[in-house]
Amino acid sequence: MAAVTYLVLAVLAAATVAGLLYRARYGRLRVSAGDLQRPPLPTGLLPPGAADGVVLLHFTSATCAPCRQVKAVCADLVQTLPGVRHVEVDADAHLDAVKSLDIWRLPTLLIVDRGGRIARRTVGVPDRSELRRTVTEVMAA
Amino acid sequence: MNTTGLDPRGPRFAAVLTTIVFVVVLLTGSGWLALAQAVIFAIGAYDPRRTPYGLVYRHLVAPRLAPPAEREDPAPVRFAQTVGLVFAVVAAAGYLSGATVLGVIFAAFALVAAFLNGFFGLCLGCEAYLLIRRLRGSGGPTAA
Repeated sequence: MAAVTYLVLAVLAAATVAGLLYRARYGRLRVSAGDLQRPPLPTGLLPPGAADGVVLLHFTSATCAPCRQVKAVCADLVQTLPGVRHVEVDADAHLDAVKSLDIWRLPTLLIVDRGGRIARRTVGVPDRSELRRTVTEVMAA
Repeated sequence: MNTTGLDPRGPRFAAVLTTIVFVVVLLTGSGWLALAQAVIFAIGAYDPRRTPYGLVYRHLVAPRLAPPAEREDPAPVRFAQTVGLVFAVVAAAGYLSGATVLGVIFAAFALVAAFLNGFFGLCLGCEAYLLIRRLRGSGGPTAA
């Protein structure tokens, strides 16, 4: 076989591994070590009265297709779980916040507790029931 | 239902066909095929529904499927097609000018992007967009 055939096979194999890893991590809500050290978020990013409940802080952009799915998942939760608010933040317009909050990919969803701290974060579209369970946990904490 | 957006399965279908095209580009070393794909990306950057892949999907594939549960904004797809255009143009230029290594490298990157999009639904625009914006440095919004 020609060298280029091996190259194509190697590229497809590497991309398959990358794709499987990507899928395994996509949308998983996790606790970030960096967020545990981070001071509470500035009030400018949070809606008034944020301390009354949990805020789903959703970093989005016009070029991001899955951001719309995240929006739908969050809207669904907000309607059925009192005390939860969903706030969309345009990443382009808030590049300083993107940098300070260590956001590299879109969509990123931050679950912010009553104290203004990031309790969980995820990149991608979270599973509806996992998001509900996690937000309920954060509200009870 | 919003009927102005894209059926999200259309771009996935197009990405699968694009994957096949780049496999053939790499196996044959055809700069002309890379150039043809660049033209298709250019059409897609303008309107993803008007590419040959989009037309095949709309007229031959979509009528056999259930209507889409939701439609998506064409802006992200157009952005991705523009990125694809840059890679396909460089690959074509490489092959056609004799800089074959350059052609192979860019065709391989384009293959990875199309493969991950088509088979895993990975939105490369979403992955790379913020990284590019951040690496550009300045905090204020700039013309993208």
